[in-house]
Amino acid sequence: MRIFLFILSAAITIGLCLVLHTKMVLAAPLGKLLAPQEGIWQNAEPANENFGADLKFPALTGKVNVYLDERLVPHVFAEQENDAYFVQGYLHAKFRLWQMELQVLSAAGRASEVVGDIALNHDREFRRLGMVYAAENSLMEMEANETIKRECDAYTAGVNAYIENLPESKLPIEYKLLGYKPEKWSNLKTALFLKYMSYDLAAHENDFELTNAQAFFSPDDFKKLFPPIQDSLDPIIPKGTVFSAPKVIPVIPASVDSLYFKKDTATAGEGSKPDRDNGSNNWAVSGSKTQSGAPILCNDPHLGLNLPSLWFEIQISTPGFNAYGASFPGAPGVIIGFNDSCAFGFTNGGRDVRDYYEITFKDESRQEYWFNNQWEKTTFRYEKIKIAGKPDMIDTVAYTVFGPVMYDRSFNGKRNTSDKSYAVTWTAHRRSNELLIFNMLNHAKNYADYSAAVTNLHTPGQNCVFACKNGDIAIRTQGEFPAKWKGQGDFVMPGTDSSYMWQGMIPMDETPFQYNPERGFVSSANQRPVDSTYPYYLGRDYPSPRGFIINRKLAAMQGITPQDMMALQTDNYNVFGEMANPIFIKNILAETLNGEEARYFELLKNWNLRNDIDSKGATIFVKTWDIFQDTVFSDEYANAPSVIMKPWASTLIEGVLKDSAFKFLDDVRTPIKETLSDMTTVAFKKAVAVLLESEKAGKLEWAKYKDTRVNHLLQKIAPFNRSHLPIGGGSNVINATRDNHGPSWRMVVNLTEKTEAYGVYPGGQNGNPGSKFYDNFIDQWVAGKYYPLWMMTAAEQKDKRVHWVMHFSKS
Amino acid sequence: MKFFISFLLMALLSFVTCLYLPWWSIAIVCFIIAAAIYQKPGIAFLCGLLALFALWAGLSWWISTQNEHLLAHKISELILKKDSPESLIAVTGAIGGLTGAFGALTGSLFRRVFASKAV
Repeated sequence: MRIFLFILSAAITIGLCLVLHTKMVLAAPLGKLLAPQEGIWQNAEPANENFGADLKFPALTGKVNVYLDERLVPHVFAEQENDAYFVQGYLHAKFRLWQMELQVLSAAGRASEVVGDIALNHDREFRRLGMVYAAENSLMEMEANETIKRECDAYTAGVNAYIENLPESKLPIEYKLLGYKPEKWSNLKTALFLKYMSYDLAAHENDFELTNAQAFFSPDDFKKLFPPIQDSLDPIIPKGTVFSAPKVIPVIPASVDSLYFKKDTATAGEGSKPDRDNGSNNWAVSGSKTQSGAPILCNDPHLGLNLPSLWFEIQISTPGFNAYGASFPGAPGVIIGFNDSCAFGFTNGGRDVRDYYEITFKDESRQEYWFNNQWEKTTFRYEKIKIAGKPDMIDTVAYTVFGPVMYDRSFNGKRNTSDKSYAVTWTAHRRSNELLIFNMLNHAKNYADYSAAVTNLHTPGQNCVFACKNGDIAIRTQGEFPAKWKGQGDFVMPGTDSSYMWQGMIPMDETPFQYNPERGFVSSANQRPVDSTYPYYLGRDYPSPRGFIINRKLAAMQGITPQDMMALQTDNYNVFGEMANPIFIKNILAETLNGEEARYFELLKNWNLRNDIDSKGATIFVKTWDIFQDTVFSDEYANAPSVIMKPWASTLIEGVLKDSAFKFLDDVRTPIKETLSDMTTVAFKKAVAVLLESEKAGKLEWAKYKDTRVNHLLQKIAPFNRSHLPIGGGSNVINATRDNHGPSWRMVVNLTEKTEAYGVYPGGQNGNPGSKFYDNFIDQWVAGKYYPLWMMTAAEQKDKRVHWVMHFSKS
Repeated sequence: MKFFISFLLMALLSFVTCLYLPWWSIAIVCFIIAAAIYQKPGIAFLCGLLALFALWAGLSWWISTQNEHLLAHKISELILKKDSPESLIAVTGAIGGLTGAFGALTGSLFRRVFASKAV
């Protein structure tokens, strides 16, 4: 009996431990998670945490002192440059390890290892896009450069020094909640991170959607829906600039009319796409327009808003350079920032550098494909995808002369209806060394240094803005771009011979640029880089309104101060509304409106064209425009295939402004001929019906309606998110803050003798949700306020802004 | 007195052990102490329960207070579906307490089996 009781009790104890240690019974291993000495409590950072430390590592060659200020920004002072990268890696890992690794796992198509088969489609798409192949190619180029190799090695060693000394109890909380552990870092992971940015910024194309649209619409309608150049164009490099004759003249294939411009519907679909609004604003004004007489440079990259943030603020000071700005956890150096001589920033170029070719395989084995009148051998890459809780999957990806076969019978995203195979050609597959740009920019002293630095930028193509203390300002629309014949790559191309391949790259010395222009400023906001006189084909679709309003405002400004620039970056004026709202006011048939509709119409009429927090007019305008657009084109698209391009955002407004009897206004399904008044009135009434519900819920004010949030990267852990942020702005507004997307880093740098810089990003330096530094910048960012960016000097060690000191030295 | 000494030893040794070993070693610690310092099974159970509840609730309360309950607000919402740091601390204590209690009970019962004549 006693033995029985003992055994029973022992069994209960063991069972209890098992239940609390695993996910067999409970949804989470509660014992392990809540154990105060190893679980989540260990991530509850004391409010008065002392970040000071004295650390020794054999990999270091000299001393490095890190002064952490009250915002937890590290000011790294290193005797040796590579030691600084070691410490940067260590600090990135200390504050952002989980995020760094997740981004890389995602880039490499390994997300399923962590989150299970819900990520399998993502993983297959990324493997088939050749993300790892691209990173391996880049790594070869990076490691061929002695400087960058040493920089990467030091950075990697720093990350790993942190990981190796990390007790399990101090793992970032996400590892504990999801139940996995970090791997070692490597230079390949840095390269993968950079490819992740290339995917985010240089994977924008609509080849399948446009191919289907071309097949579905008449040539005339197609041209009207997808005009090659927008009327409202105010290009980065102003109209009238004279370009030299092109050195590369691509030959149009002879079969283009029969095989390409009038092709059958390509029924392949596409999986996920990077956000179309991944873009940015940047500009620099010369001293002739500023109060101080020194140039001012501004940049705010618009990206998905997440916690932990993509950015990490840092100052790096070495004998060779002294730079401050936003860095990428995952890569060494300062990416957007300034040094003692100059400042630099980027907006996305947005050109189409990813094209598809239809591949004809000899048979099911995919061993050979038809190319230039013979059967060519395929090579294969075997992608082994590990899936949490499930057996591994092997995805066999065929590689052709064009690149990997991304879509085929076995994988066509979620919208597959065909058996065809499509290979992808992407500039990011080519060898390049993007880290060299940032290394050189961090060291840059003048315009020549800047120019030499950015010509290394291949993918993602960027509009690189520059300003220097000697008074210079410049912008270069940089990147490695294929020299395309008109229309090349807009649609899926035939892949049976070489005639449709890219025939060369636009030479770097034909990059459109501006250097100290007479108008006293340079700017970019993802609009088309040049007008139609530029001798190369640049694709069709670029957003225009932000660039237009920025240029109009900058042209009118004089005696500019940094405060003026902050006001401009956070400006909520809706220039699209300026163009479009008069159409509503003029054409909506007021006499047909009922009481509530008339009340809303008054609000619309009285709207001040600003997307401010409390604006009801902004909400009514945006909703009405969306519905107007849907209503106008609903008949044309009624029988369209599901994978098809919707008209450019600019098509409707430009069509209606040019011609109030714009062809598509008529609903072809009705016997009568609808007019602009009919369509705007219908759209307005529909919008009011929807918005009355929003008003009942207390959400008619713009910020409440838009409902901006900054979510934790996992999205689903609601308490780690920041929601319902009271902030204005939106699409087509300089303050481009949408619901989950917007200015991810705002920076204003006044290049006076002692640099005066300001910045803010919606996050915090510490990625730990249990730290008060996790999201402490968000309120400041929401309020449109900035922090002074302190370019610390070695003599300021005793400054009261220094809160903690970390000493690194050789062991 | 036995109860008090056992209580102290269970709490203290559990704390020290968990500096090096996984959390479930608290069950072993309580087992050993309950086997070494014999108390009736019910008393041993209570002793393990109180000792580990005190240790885990106390530790988590201390950590959370230093943290101004920032993380406890978030995690209580995540795990308990309500914003209550106190509840999360109580649940933490209960999990430690229950594990300690069964460890101690098993220890006491073990002692009864193998050393029945001594008591």
